Amino acid sequence: MLVIDCPFCGKRPEIEFTYGGQAHLTRAAQPAQVDDQAWTDFLYMRTNTKGVYAERWRHSHGCGRFFNAVRDTTTDHFLAFYKAGETQPERTP
Amino acid sequence: MKRQSFSAMALIRRGLSGHVDWQQQWRKAEPKPAYDAVIVGGGGHGLGAAYYLAAEHGLTNIAVLEKGWVGGGNTGRNTTIIRSNYLFNESAALYNHSLNMWESLSQVLNYNVMFSPRGVMMLAHTVHDIQVAKRHIHANRCNGVDNEWLEPEEAKEFCPLLNISDNIRYPVLGAALQRRGGTARHDAVAWGYARAADELGVDIIENCEVTAIDRDSSGAVSGLKTTRGDIRTSKIGVSAAGNTSVVMAMAGVRVPLESYPLQALVSEPVKPIFPCVVMSNTIHAYISQSDKGELVIGAGTDAYTSYTQRGALHINNHTLDAICELFPNFRRMRMLRNWGGIVDVTPDRSPIIAKTPVKGLYVNCGWGTGGFKATPGSAHVFAWTIAHDEPHRINAPFTIERFRDGYLIDEAAAAAVAH
Repeated sequence: MLVIDCPFCGKRPEIEFTYGGQAHLTRAAQPAQVDDQAWTDFLYMRTNTKGVYAERWRHSHGCGRFFNAVRDTTTDHFLAFYKAGETQPERTP
Repeated sequence: MKRQSFSAMALIRRGLSGHVDWQQQWRKAEPKPAYDAVIVGGGGHGLGAAYYLAAEHGLTNIAVLEKGWVGGGNTGRNTTIIRSNYLFNESAALYNHSLNMWESLSQVLNYNVMFSPRGVMMLAHTVHDIQVAKRHIHANRCNGVDNEWLEPEEAKEFCPLLNISDNIRYPVLGAALQRRGGTARHDAVAWGYARAADELGVDIIENCEVTAIDRDSSGAVSGLKTTRGDIRTSKIGVSAAGNTSVVMAMAGVRVPLESYPLQALVSEPVKPIFPCVVMSNTIHAYISQSDKGELVIGAGTDAYTSYTQRGALHINNHTLDAICELFPNFRRMRMLRNWGGIVDVTPDRSPIIAKTPVKGLYVNCGWGTGGFKATPGSAHVFAWTIAHDEPHRINAPFTIERFRDGYLIDEAAAAAVAH
């Protein structure tokens, strides 16, 4: 089980959290102007990275808030946790 | 090269002479500089596609590239359940095509894949479950797929260990039974296809990881770079399961996939006690007994995407909680091993078997948590797609473009795992 460091509550076990998938996907500012392919990319396409991946989590059985994490998907080790709306931190070794 | 034929007589003859003259099952092939087509991924689906390309489409100058060992990915990591009782017409056609092929696969390959149609029973625990199960049964019957409703007493008659009392959290209210469903020996499927493909001249190259896909000035596929050298080819079929996103990115193609760990476990082996396959999507349990005697138990996917081929213990615990309630006899069984595989999940939980925007690049992916059952049918239509440069009638709906065009084949509720 992963230990996840919620930016608001501290380290808690994974079962308190809900996974939110790839982070930093931005909904189009003018949805009506966007063509089908762009909608498809937003709704369905994911980089599904093998390696360092920025993702969303929600502390659903705690503070209830969304936040972001950076994790290496080849080891499941977390590299960073940061609040929603913040930019992804520089990669730490 | 012609292989020895396997038969009861051959077994007796070699048994009496000390089993010394059995042939190697397939050659350890070295990569050649060029092939007519290359399959990336040496699991059941990839090896099967190579076999059907050679056997049915006359393409014998082809190779299967496998980064590890043959059958070492999800083919060797699943719980071997075979069924075809999917809801939608497109799925029913695809999975039933596969089930039909399972029934004669051992004879076709001259290799015992131990297909055992012992019946797959899917339990219902709520009123909603009953409605969904009966809807499936009616839809299946319209599509020529066998599936029938059992009352709890009938379910217990079919599987005597089943606890149908009302003193469990989610009592069994009935079950849908597909009698033609069952199990097969997963390794034998990979080995059988490898042996049969090799006999037809296909090169099976293990420990050979693809690192890049080359394209010519028109954008079409021209070859690939691997850890064992460069290979020229004009057709590449990607059948790489959880690593599909990684391989497709080498050609600049995005696929609507996320890769999750899916776990399974087996108990210590015991005498034959469990006559069928039982699944419960609602409380999340999948169980059968292998011919070796182990209880084979399927757990769920982890919450997060990963490529680690392992998952968290609480996922297995959750499934064992359900197993112990449904089959109290197993409460004192000890579990022997657990492991994980990486499954490539699409948004609608249906696979993609299709051409891609890149000429000469084909993909068979998105089998998610339930690809083993489809191995022969999937391989068969994928080979057709590669050979004809157009989809077979059966896989025509399973495109990448369906996500853009809105023609989802939404089997989320019908798939093996409660998503």
